[in-house]
Amino acid sequence: MEIRNPRIQEIISEENLVYKKTSLMTDKALSYCPGCGHGVVHRVIMEIIDEMGIQADTIGVAPVGCSVLAYEFMNIDMQQASHGRAPAVATGIKRCWPEKYVFTYQGDGDLAAIGTAETIHACNRGENIAIFFINNGIYGMTGGQMAPTTLVGMRSSTTPYGRDAALMGNPLKITELVAMLPGTYFVARHTVHTPLAVRKFKKAAKMAFENQKLNKGLSFIEIVSNCNSGWKMTPVQANKWMEENMLPFYPPGDIKMNGEIVKKAEKAE
Amino acid sequence: MAKIKGAIVIDIEKCKGCELCLVSCPTDVIRMEKKVNGKGYHFAYMEYPDNCTGCANCAVVCPDGVITVYRKKFEE
Repeated sequence: MEIRNPRIQEIISEENLVYKKTSLMTDKALSYCPGCGHGVVHRVIMEIIDEMGIQADTIGVAPVGCSVLAYEFMNIDMQQASHGRAPAVATGIKRCWPEKYVFTYQGDGDLAAIGTAETIHACNRGENIAIFFINNGIYGMTGGQMAPTTLVGMRSSTTPYGRDAALMGNPLKITELVAMLPGTYFVARHTVHTPLAVRKFKKAAKMAFENQKLNKGLSFIEIVSNCNSGWKMTPVQANKWMEENMLPFYPPGDIKMNGEIVKKAEKAE
Repeated sequence: MAKIKGAIVIDIEKCKGCELCLVSCPTDVIRMEKKVNGKGYHFAYMEYPDNCTGCANCAVVCPDGVITVYRKKFEE
């Protein structure tokens, strides 16, 4: 027999709580567009810090881009870095306080364009930090211009006829690039567009913080995300488009585990 | 037989109406309200609360973390 009209008030009480936004996210409304993956990634990182009980020992480095105000939403110690310089700032913080947990949170314009040098050298030195890299294939904040990670044929405000590889070069798979470097310990690519994908990302992000505890080396996690405003789609369409177009080129999964490459970089078509 | 029933509470003023919870709900509980909140977004609400199992999929994908999930086991 099915219970019809269960007393909702009876279900909604503190002892039946299953899921609640973590208290490490501030009460400020997120400044992101509706449906943006940034909110999910923020929350998942904060959930892990909450679960591990390291709120007082974690320092985040905020980038330049849409997530420039990340320090407003994350209730931990944060430092704002210049454009692209977050891995360098994180290196300094980690070397001053080796016992603290340090992570950077960067977008593709920040990490893969202006900050390529800092990223590659921090990864090559094997600094004991975690890097979260949000890849949406576009410069979202400045108006949807072409980024290094924009797919071939993808339209943006500076490539209105689609990216032409002969003229503008090929998209940069920076995650596969840093996996080749000896300093990285854990490299993975994830998405946050479905509940399953979010749960998988949470496991990987937890591993990134645990690697820091054990002084293993640099953990680098790319999150393929949507940019529905930049792509000029609704959030649901953008996630579908991402699944059909972004994910074949940026396949999710672990690339490097325990310092060993587990998945060979696929050839770009 | 015991039945597991769930319920969600949505912070309507923070909901941005992206509809990601609607497509991720396995039992098709959520719909968007015709009314709008203070920011002008159509917010989500429970249209079929009987079907909710409290799986928390909607809360996990919600970018703004506006959904709180509760679950209770009912004995027949």
